[in-house]
Amino acid sequence: MAEASYPDDLLYHPEHDWARVDGEQATFGITWYAQDALGEVVFFDPPQVGAQVSKDQSYTEIESVKAVSDVIAPLSGEVIAVNDALSDKPETINEDPYGEGWLVRVRLSDPSEVDSLMDASSYEASLS
Amino acid sequence: MPVQYAGIRSEHLAVRRDVGVFDVSHMGEVHTRGPQALEFLQHVLSNDLRRLPEGGAQYSVMCREDGGVLDDLFTYRLSECDYLTVTNASNHERDFEWLHSHAEGYDVDVIDAADRFAMLAVQGPRARALVSGLTDGPLPMRFHTVERRVAGVAALVCGTGYTGEDGVELLIDPEDAPLVWDAVIDGGAAPVGLGARDTLRLEVCFHLYGNDLSEDRGPIEAGLGWCCKEQTGFIGSEAVASVRRDGPAEKLVPFVIDGAGIPRQGNPVIGGGEVTSGTFSPCLERGIGMAYVSAQRAEPGTRIEIDVRGTERPAIVERKPLYRKAS
Repeated sequence: MAEASYPDDLLYHPEHDWARVDGEQATFGITWYAQDALGEVVFFDPPQVGAQVSKDQSYTEIESVKAVSDVIAPLSGEVIAVNDALSDKPETINEDPYGEGWLVRVRLSDPSEVDSLMDASSYEASLS
Repeated sequence: MPVQYAGIRSEHLAVRRDVGVFDVSHMGEVHTRGPQALEFLQHVLSNDLRRLPEGGAQYSVMCREDGGVLDDLFTYRLSECDYLTVTNASNHERDFEWLHSHAEGYDVDVIDAADRFAMLAVQGPRARALVSGLTDGPLPMRFHTVERRVAGVAALVCGTGYTGEDGVELLIDPEDAPLVWDAVIDGGAAPVGLGARDTLRLEVCFHLYGNDLSEDRGPIEAGLGWCCKEQTGFIGSEAVASVRRDGPAEKLVPFVIDGAGIPRQGNPVIGGGEVTSGTFSPCLERGIGMAYVSAQRAEPGTRIEIDVRGTERPAIVERKPLYRKAS
């Protein structure tokens, strides 16, 4: 997507990750800013379903032509689904970072961690 | 030179399919002039300078006494006693010092000309047609150079490049560079950054000094024996001849990842060896790279495994180049 956007219904981690929280589950992805900084994504190696992820820790890698980047978990929990469609079309992360470009779905181990994340306006302010 | 303008993949494909322009003004230049210019360059460069005609271009390496590679360079013979050598930016000062200090006893002037030239590389299947339309005479053949006016300004036009595509490199006065750049862009060239410069050169297995070449590696193990003519007696020729005779312990090989994963510089090769360049190939749509491996594992077709940040990725040793134009 060409224009920067930071949807209001998401929560944001300072390492440029978003979480869409739905009760005790959440979907994770990377922000417009992150995909723009990376450039064209050419490879996403998803974690295994069942893997534990920890808030503020790397849980997977995304590669563009120029570099590899760690992806930081915005919240802690267990991976219950991964976006398998990305293995064939990793560029979806660039094209639709908040929709079809989602990375993993997680069952949260500590939903109270949500309180430490930023809303869209705070995150956007942190970028300037 | 930025890493990218529109995006590495689109810039890369523009050069493979149409035409792109690179601002490579960071490259250095050294003039060598005088009655003994040929004898002097023969002493410091690995190739046979006697085979370089006026108006010709020649690739060589410059070695230490022990054969370690100081730089890889193109030298243009502008006239009988006037040569221009293009250095890698990161090596330029060291190269100039080396050349200057070894010129003692030769009747030559060695002149640092890095500030005198900007350099634009126009590359791709349409590059010659584009530049031809801006130029007041025929373009040089591959590995040749001529003085022309391009977009109305004086330019040394060289039939060389670093992409595996046809094209030219333009050496011009830095003050004229914006004008020539704009004319080439107006002619339809895509601006191309450092990122695509690296993916383009790696697909055709051109060496990058600092990655695939260093003072710790000799030209034979790097696969550059073809530009070393030891009978000329250049500095390092005895060491190079000895490695050529006995065979190197390791060799630089191109490889393709068999499946997923992108190798990067510094990744270990399982069982010994190291990736010196690695990237995602926009044309092959796979991870590719070059690595030093033991000579026994250097044969094309050999299966190796690369440790890509903890994941073992299978790979196959290939022949150069990794990318070939469909003919």
